Amino acid sequence: MDDFYFYTEGLTVGYHGVPLIKNIRIHLKKGEILTLIGPNGAGKTTILRSIIRQLTPLGGIVWLDGKQTAQLSGKELSRKLSVVLTERIQPELMTCEDVVATGRYPYTGKFGVLTEKDRDIVQESMELVHIAELKDQDFTKISDGQKQRVMLARALCQQPDLLVLDEPTSFLDIRYKLEFLSILQTMARTRKLSVLMSLHELDLAGRISDKIACVRGDRIDRFGTPEEIFTGGYLPNLYQMTVGSYDELTGNLELPRAEGDPEILVIAGNGTGTGVFRKFQRQGVPFAAGILWENDPDYSSAHALAAEVVSVKAFHRITPSEIERMKHLAEQCRYVICTLKPEEMTDLAADLKTIAAYAESLGKLTPPERISGFSY
Amino acid sequence: MRKHKRYCTAFILLFILTLFLLILNLCIGSVSVPLLEIPKILAGNSSDAVSGDIVIQIRIPRALAAAILGGALALSGYLLQTFFHNPIASPFTLGISSGAKLVVALVMVASLGYSVHLSSWMMILAAFAGSMLCMGFVILASRVINQMSMLIVSGVMIGYICSAVTDFVVTFADDENIVNLHNWSQGSFSGITWDNVAVMALVVAAAALCVFLLSKPISAYQLGEVYARNMGLNVRTFRMLLVILSSILSACVTAFAGPVSFVGIAVPHLVKSLLGTARPLLMIPACFLGGAVFCLFCDLLARTMFAPTELSISTATAIFGAPVVIYIMIHRKKERHA
Repeated sequence: MDDFYFYTEGLTVGYHGVPLIKNIRIHLKKGEILTLIGPNGAGKTTILRSIIRQLTPLGGIVWLDGKQTAQLSGKELSRKLSVVLTERIQPELMTCEDVVATGRYPYTGKFGVLTEKDRDIVQESMELVHIAELKDQDFTKISDGQKQRVMLARALCQQPDLLVLDEPTSFLDIRYKLEFLSILQTMARTRKLSVLMSLHELDLAGRISDKIACVRGDRIDRFGTPEEIFTGGYLPNLYQMTVGSYDELTGNLELPRAEGDPEILVIAGNGTGTGVFRKFQRQGVPFAAGILWENDPDYSSAHALAAEVVSVKAFHRITPSEIERMKHLAEQCRYVICTLKPEEMTDLAADLKTIAAYAESLGKLTPPERISGFSY
Repeated sequence: MRKHKRYCTAFILLFILTLFLLILNLCIGSVSVPLLEIPKILAGNSSDAVSGDIVIQIRIPRALAAAILGGALALSGYLLQTFFHNPIASPFTLGISSGAKLVVALVMVASLGYSVHLSSWMMILAAFAGSMLCMGFVILASRVINQMSMLIVSGVMIGYICSAVTDFVVTFADDENIVNLHNWSQGSFSGITWDNVAVMALVVAAAALCVFLLSKPISAYQLGEVYARNMGLNVRTFRMLLVILSSILSACVTAFAGPVSFVGIAVPHLVKSLLGTARPLLMIPACFLGGAVFCLFCDLLARTMFAPTELSISTATAIFGAPVVIYIMIHRKKERHA
């Protein structure tokens, strides 16, 4: 385990002597990002709090840079490890610069007076997270997204080797979520900063993390690279999803499909159908969709939402049996919609045109915009 | 740079006010002493022996006591606000002053019964014991009560209970001593001797110095316990120090002047607004000066407004302190909603 900057050995955490998660074994190299995921209340925060010594572990050892954290003094630990937590701070009359400067605490003298060098580091940290312009603003008067970045600058200012963040993106909008994580990524890459955090957003966790640890029940159920975790329907299982669906490849979330015999057949493809599928889901109308190649952008949502999907394997040709099935569905359904334009249905997709023509001959082909007014 | 100017101005203002009020306190009273007479009296070559005695034996000790104890009270309030992360925490609202008052009253009555003379040190010790007792209650309560306003309510209740018991004790004390005890239990800077001043100066100076040395940990603690711990602060020891220091400071006040209300809340707030920062390194000395100014001013009024009848010091501090607290609370609420 010597090449790991941070690792735990049989760490057991919990409150009041009652173990919550046992025998935790996770490890992290310099410059790597490790993310904890798992359902609400699984104990991600408890694990993080135990690692940063806010909670006393019930057993096991946390190793940091070849030393046991339990044996480091508060000052030694604070120079190696800094945190961004969910606690909302309400400092009175402090500018953002003041808040960031508190990160220099482990380095300043008896009265905490900043030296020129400290000020440079404060300034640099603020520039790294793009908040230099907030310098003189009152901390309590800036937005949540800005606050979170100030707290990140504060943590960086502490010049840690390991940064621990508890759900750092929870209050941020998508722009700030991406900005925030991209700063972490840059720090990890360029400064060899190790990052340990918990995230709620699975899609983001899958993109930013080098390693993912899944907290489930009383243990770390899985620990590995995102590619190892996001396969084989593991995540819906981890979160015990019983409603709706989650696409592990795209991170696509869909609400549960409308059950029943399809009332509408949608001839879709190339991403033109997903919006229509979701609209029918909202209206509670069961529908069928086809003919979709399994690598079509519409396929994932059709698979999740349609009562029936007529599909063809990726890069394969359409066979007569799919055409037959589509014609049969066209006969069964009350309406048929084609979301593709005629000029899109050429070459390999020419069969779709045939099906549309067949539907028209049945008098069921309806323009998509006409469907919106329906009530069922 | 603009900030530095503001800090300097604030400190100069506080210094001037302290000096000005000290001098006013020496001049004004039932016998008014002309300003130019003061240096002569201090040098010991005044022609007027009566006013010289009044100034030296009564007014100077009293004014110094008001300044020192006012500073102590403001600091004690500041520490408690830091400890509880609560802007309206103070020795008075948390019942700590009243606890100190109760124990001091008990000890006083007991000593009167055995006709033992109580030294200043004994008084402080008794008050400290009372403070710590109530502080213990409040801290225990704070573990159960998460809501800050409820904590204050429980503190006020503890205060009332202690005051009730004190009144009970005072009522059953020896007749001739009641007047004295009654005066003290209402809060007053009267009857302070040079001996008292020496003791309080020693205790308060030592405690205030310790508080000043804590200014760095206090600044870490302002970000909350969790972050403070991550900055390497030993939170448990630090909290213990806060409790002990604030108890010593408020005990000192209660031992010599009885309970004094609102200084502990109003002064730190006013000083914070004056400085425009919450940096402990600046706040701690400024609070001390602010408390001195506030108490000197209030004592002057208490002494002179309805002379020869003297108001209790708390009457004056409440009149000026309470509205400030209300104003600030409304103002803060507005700010937070904006």
